[in-house]
Amino acid sequence: MKIYGWGKYPTIDAKVLLPQTRLDCASFLKSNEIVLPRGMGRSYGDSANSSTVIESTYQDHFIEFDETTGILACEAGVSIREILQLIVPKGWFVPVTPGSSFVTIGGAIASDVHGKNHHLSGTFSEHLLSFDLMLGSGEIVSVTKDNYPDLFRATCGGMGLTGIILSASFQLKPIQSSQIIQSTIKTNCLEEVCEQFEANHASTYSVAWIDCLAKGKQLGRSLLMLGEHSQYGTLELRKKKGQNLPIDMPQPLLNHYSIKAFNALYFHRVFSKTKTETISFEPYFYPLDAIGNWNRLYGKAGFVQYQFVLPKTVGMKGLRQILEVIVKSGKGSFLAVLKAFGRANENYLSFPIEGYTLALDFKMSEETIQLIEQLDSMVVEMGGRIYLTKDALMTEASFKKTYPLWEQFEEVRAKFGAIGKFASSQSKRLGLQ
Amino acid sequence: MKKILIIGATSAIAEATTRIWAQRGDELFLVARNEERMNLMTKDLKVRGASEVHSYSMDANNFDQHSSMLVKAFGVLGAIDIVLIAHGTLSNQKECEQSVDLTMQEIKTNALSVVALLTHLANCFEKQGAGTIAVISSVAGDRGRASNYVYGSAKAMVTTFTSGLRQRLYKSGVSVVTIKPGFVDTPMTAEFKKGILWAKTEKVAKRIVVACDKKNGEFYVPGFWWAMMAVIKAIPENFFKKMKI
Repeated sequence: MKIYGWGKYPTIDAKVLLPQTRLDCASFLKSNEIVLPRGMGRSYGDSANSSTVIESTYQDHFIEFDETTGILACEAGVSIREILQLIVPKGWFVPVTPGSSFVTIGGAIASDVHGKNHHLSGTFSEHLLSFDLMLGSGEIVSVTKDNYPDLFRATCGGMGLTGIILSASFQLKPIQSSQIIQSTIKTNCLEEVCEQFEANHASTYSVAWIDCLAKGKQLGRSLLMLGEHSQYGTLELRKKKGQNLPIDMPQPLLNHYSIKAFNALYFHRVFSKTKTETISFEPYFYPLDAIGNWNRLYGKAGFVQYQFVLPKTVGMKGLRQILEVIVKSGKGSFLAVLKAFGRANENYLSFPIEGYTLALDFKMSEETIQLIEQLDSMVVEMGGRIYLTKDALMTEASFKKTYPLWEQFEEVRAKFGAIGKFASSQSKRLGLQ
Repeated sequence: MKKILIIGATSAIAEATTRIWAQRGDELFLVARNEERMNLMTKDLKVRGASEVHSYSMDANNFDQHSSMLVKAFGVLGAIDIVLIAHGTLSNQKECEQSVDLTMQEIKTNALSVVALLTHLANCFEKQGAGTIAVISSVAGDRGRASNYVYGSAKAMVTTFTSGLRQRLYKSGVSVVTIKPGFVDTPMTAEFKKGILWAKTEKVAKRIVVACDKKNGEFYVPGFWWAMMAVIKAIPENFFKKMKI
């Protein structure tokens, strides 16, 4: 069966295994040489591609939910969406969420996902109490930060390369309402949006949509969207059903002009300098979840989502240089997202470091590959790094330079029997054993 | 709050259905072979809101166990509002053609065990004078096709048996619901290439819940299979025998 990530690039012909129990997992491990655990396939590049994948589709059971303490335990295949359906009506919310709710808990741990509250709350693993991991031998270990610190640090952000995450227990956060108070600040250039990020550091959630086609003085013009959980209103989920993009978009419709028009319209939809409104949490956190298969927008060839982070020391200056290259290429797309990260954690391969991160889509083409090569070298030179969950093209040298703890990661994998058992197209490309 | 007995509870369609029932606070009695999976389901359904979840391990092909299972279920639940029979295997047609034993086994699992259970259940429900007996049959039972007539003929027996039972129990106030799913994306069909005709278990489950609450009859899930099967059933045998579908 052909499988691929959310960017539809690259694809691989794979054997897809669907365990229903831990026993099934163990027997699949035994009867296959090299495997990779996989969730909903929402990482963008080839990090969940492998010749044999063990999918968590049917390992989607809740285990325990303590409504008074907000501790939830579930199997790895449960999605954030299903969790929200359970917990929101009871006054709880996920501590950290990526920009899509179609993400499994196993995937959230393996990617050590971050969200709009990274500057204050860190990544998902920082709220994780424990998880059960099946090692390459089939043995199951219950991992916490304290009992297996090295395995914890390797597995969180470890892209599924240490074993199969079976289940996890984590701390939720209390909410009074399912509404979000969103304040949108319109900024006219990169300097201004960075200043606003600093000024609004205390804001629970912050993210900026950036127009990556705007040039010159307007370079980096953005809409900074701040969010707070409302104290008032009901605890409920939206009933409205999403729309589906039924087919791959005919590509002539997606060109420089249509994208430019979209970006200009999007920027100017906010008239005043700031605008405050109360909205449901779904459109605030998961705007694209309302459009099923939005990845079809980029047509058959697929796309690459490029997300990098630059350390605070290079900050705005570095960001400006990279943006200039992107603007010049004219390849930028609809929704480019800028976010100020808080401190890095201790995990070996977790992406966030303190500084600015920018994420944007590039429609797949020969020119895109060249552009990304150029951007990669700039990011590496500035001491930044690329998010493994989005990556499809990074070189081994860039990886080893920008993720300096990769050797410790490999040592832990060797110690727990993961080498020669768990591998992905990405891990091979990046020179991991 | 309804009291519901589910036989073959770990089948994907049954599990998706029990999740909806759990969410609205129903009391569930699960029957299946695999205890590990029933344990997972029990915890899951409790978290989702089931008022109580009981489980009973049984192989449906072990007919001797049927009545003691039912005694237990009626004992625990008292009256039963809904029973859903959902167990089954998708026979490998090619292997069946080479083996009498395998063919008999498939007929036993998909038809005879259901008939055995229904014989007990019909009497219990008749005495109870209320409730719904729901059975998962299949569109495959509507007409025998070369590609899966062993499975299809077993399901045809289930469809016909439940049709007769519906007539018999009508005057007792008991509903008999025959569900005929089309292609559903489950572990049972993991090997098949999926196209637009394939439905998700959640969608099928929603229809089953509605049918169990309000209906008494035969239902195609999703509904468009009614039209598809009407056409397939209307093809004269003379043509049909030459077709490859």
